[in-house]
Amino acid sequence: MQAASAVQETTTVPTTFPRLMLDHAAQRPDAPALREKDLGIWQTTTWRELATLVREMAGGFAAAGLRRGQHLVVIGENRPRLSAAMLAAQSLGAIPVPLYQDAVGAEFVFPINNAEVAFAVVEDQEQVDKLLDVREQCPQLARIWYDDPRGLRKYDAPGLASIDALLDAGRAFNAQQPGFVQAEVDRAGVDDVAAMFFTSGTTGNPKGVVHSHRTLIDRAAAGARFDKLTAAEEVLAYMPPAWIGQNIFSYAQWLVCGYVVNCPESAATVMIDLKEIGPTYYFAPPRIFEGLLTSVMIRMEDAGRLKRWLFERCMAVARRVGPARMDGKALSFGDRLAYALGNVLVYGPLRNTLGFSRVRVAYTAGEAIGPDLFTFYRAIGINLKQLYGSTETAVFVCLQPDHEVRADTVGVPIEGVEIRVEASGEIMVKSPGLLKEYYKNPAATAEVLTAEGWYHTGDAGFLDAGGHLKIIDRAKDVGRIVGGPFDGGLFAPKYVENKLKFFPYIKEAVAFGDQRDKVCAALNIDFEAVGNWAERRNLAYAGYTDLAQKPEVYELIIDCVKKVNADLAADDKLAGSQVSRFLILHKELDADDGELTRTRKVRRGYIGDKYAVLIDALYGGKTSQYIETQVKFEDGRTGMVAADLRIADVPTYPATRRAA
Amino acid sequence: MATTGDVVLEVRNISLAFGGVKALTDISFDVREHEVRAIIGPNGAGKSSMLNCINGVYTPQHGSITFRGKTFSHMNSRQVAEMGVARTFQNLALFKGMSVLDNIMTGRNLRMRSNLLQQAIRWGAAEREEMQHREFVERIIDFLEIQPYRKTPVGRMPYGLQKRVDLGRALAMEPQVLLLDEPMAGMNVEEKQDMCRFILDVNDEFGTTIVLIEHDMGVVMDISDRVVVLDYGKKIGDGTPDEVRANPEVIKAYLGTSH
Repeated sequence: MQAASAVQETTTVPTTFPRLMLDHAAQRPDAPALREKDLGIWQTTTWRELATLVREMAGGFAAAGLRRGQHLVVIGENRPRLSAAMLAAQSLGAIPVPLYQDAVGAEFVFPINNAEVAFAVVEDQEQVDKLLDVREQCPQLARIWYDDPRGLRKYDAPGLASIDALLDAGRAFNAQQPGFVQAEVDRAGVDDVAAMFFTSGTTGNPKGVVHSHRTLIDRAAAGARFDKLTAAEEVLAYMPPAWIGQNIFSYAQWLVCGYVVNCPESAATVMIDLKEIGPTYYFAPPRIFEGLLTSVMIRMEDAGRLKRWLFERCMAVARRVGPARMDGKALSFGDRLAYALGNVLVYGPLRNTLGFSRVRVAYTAGEAIGPDLFTFYRAIGINLKQLYGSTETAVFVCLQPDHEVRADTVGVPIEGVEIRVEASGEIMVKSPGLLKEYYKNPAATAEVLTAEGWYHTGDAGFLDAGGHLKIIDRAKDVGRIVGGPFDGGLFAPKYVENKLKFFPYIKEAVAFGDQRDKVCAALNIDFEAVGNWAERRNLAYAGYTDLAQKPEVYELIIDCVKKVNADLAADDKLAGSQVSRFLILHKELDADDGELTRTRKVRRGYIGDKYAVLIDALYGGKTSQYIETQVKFEDGRTGMVAADLRIADVPTYPATRRAA
Repeated sequence: MATTGDVVLEVRNISLAFGGVKALTDISFDVREHEVRAIIGPNGAGKSSMLNCINGVYTPQHGSITFRGKTFSHMNSRQVAEMGVARTFQNLALFKGMSVLDNIMTGRNLRMRSNLLQQAIRWGAAEREEMQHREFVERIIDFLEIQPYRKTPVGRMPYGLQKRVDLGRALAMEPQVLLLDEPMAGMNVEEKQDMCRFILDVNDEFGTTIVLIEHDMGVVMDISDRVVVLDYGKKIGDGTPDEVRANPEVIKAYLGTSH
């Protein structure tokens, strides 16, 4: 399958980013390349203007002593002149290193020293201040140029200057050596290093992921062909440029396709700018989509009764009809009529309010997206899809084709990609877009890249019957069921927990089952959601512990778990992860008690030890268990919570292979 | 802090009374170019009355005000505005139903040269002029970081932001001297810090001389070059923040004695 698609299109001309930019400038000089909202008006930079800007900036860098193979740090929001700085550095064969603009100054020290950076281009005073703060620790950092001079008038730190001064120097340099910059552009090879991205390591120092022009351009082009992107696309660049996702969408694919990248006025105006631009190609992590949906729902709550009624009726139609419509399935005449009516009354205006009127392709990636959230956007006619990739793979590994979109898979391997699943369940990837190496870290490189060119993703998953990749968990967390009806089955704790947590009534879930004969879970109910549910039923309760142990609540949660089991059973590989028994904890899991990390991830091992008596009861077949737990209050005091916890059994289903 | 220069504004022997109530008694002080000059004092000390005298809203019974060498015993608000003095208001005096953009645009009023008819039909010069003014207003919006609210009716914005719009409108006059009447009143800590930064930025970037009334001592001492202290309509102190802080009379009247 991969071979077939690779034959179709192998016409990626080996080239570099500066040459791509110059090609656009030669072929369509007056077409817009970048837009930035300044003083309330969208200002356009054409490809011709961009080429001039880059040439002058490259001249300035050369005059300042930036040489082939050296690194240039770029820190700031998405700004046209910062994109130009990356191109200018690449024009000289130097390597741009974008860093996260919201990081504190101390976090810049390692990357700057690791890459021996002497030059930096930054957005504004905030970034200048941060760099000046750490300058003592980074003595080689000689020159800092800033885009926005506001507040910097009186700074007299050595080597600090505005981009305007850099451009003046560049013009003078280019006048003296007119052919220099172009000669440097011509000298560059496609396998030269194009950029370096630092990944936020959870432990130890971050690692610099080194990509060449070939790896980035190849993947950007493959992604563009997959979704048939053209020069007519409009993109709004508002995620951090140091994140490779944003870099691919607003830099690599921008230069490959030649579309327009729009820079919002400020982080606070993104929603307004989104509506004004109406992007056709859009990319955001799930939390952005969740935030958008929440803002819509809050405003609907405040709307009049008639509007609410209309919205609910139309959304019911959309949920029933919309996804099938997006998948290109045939609809009955009645459904088509109802959807068309809903489109005029609700979906169309809603898409417009969200700024999604013109979206042709929208992607979400990075973490699991809730099926309800995902379906909402598909239902109102937005072509939201998922993709799979990482910094090390230059993003594009798997993408969902239009009409083959599911909430629980991440799509098919696209052209050039080969996928292999290890016996351990870990996914291995081979593609032309793999990282060259981790910078100055051969040990880490050897850990992830095999001699045959396979990359260890660290994710566990499998290709389903339809050829779609399904990610279930981090490979190191995946376990095995031993004994029982599902002997030898995969146990993917996070996958199960996420499925449980997608129900609004379940706030947290911890699943156990590695090396055991069945899966058991400890849950937290969502106090607010279940509380509301109880009030509507006139069910009296006294606090969380009491509510959690109500038989009615258990019935409610058993229904949720049953649905999860039915879903898991539909997947022969994951059927073993069905939850056989569960209990609802007497207290909410809390970071103060060490049960969650500060980013609200459950600490499974710690919880297993702390509540060993509950785990034993779950596996020992008891129907209830008494427990006392010490809790820490926010003011530092401690207290005891005690309860007799019910344990519920849930039916599991035999694996039923899904017809693909 | 900005380097300060010649005296721009001099207040000499000002006395103001409302019937039998003496709001101000024999007040004299001066304001130098590019400085941040604060007038502080407890409630009812006469701070706002002082500002209103400078601003031409009240006419003092005695004394004179000298602005750039020209001495006045009474003047009206328009004259003051034309001389390059702008102000903000303690209780805000914005057009609540109008957008941020339009509110700040009203600050450009004095600088519009086209007549009412031209403006009404947006003809020729009037349109060009409007574009120039709009650009200027956009610079202020950018400066004050209120881009997300450009088209939001002012009445729907949080109080701290309304204060910022009020400042924006005063800045739209391109003032040489800016009078701020309790710019920090009713704000939370974060809003106060933002406002301090904007005041210092205005002083820094545009070289605007700033006269500010405030009773938040912490703020005043941090950002002012020199401070005048009033109590019951009389001047009881004048000098740098450190001098004022050390002045026993000020400590007694305003900061309170230590118990």
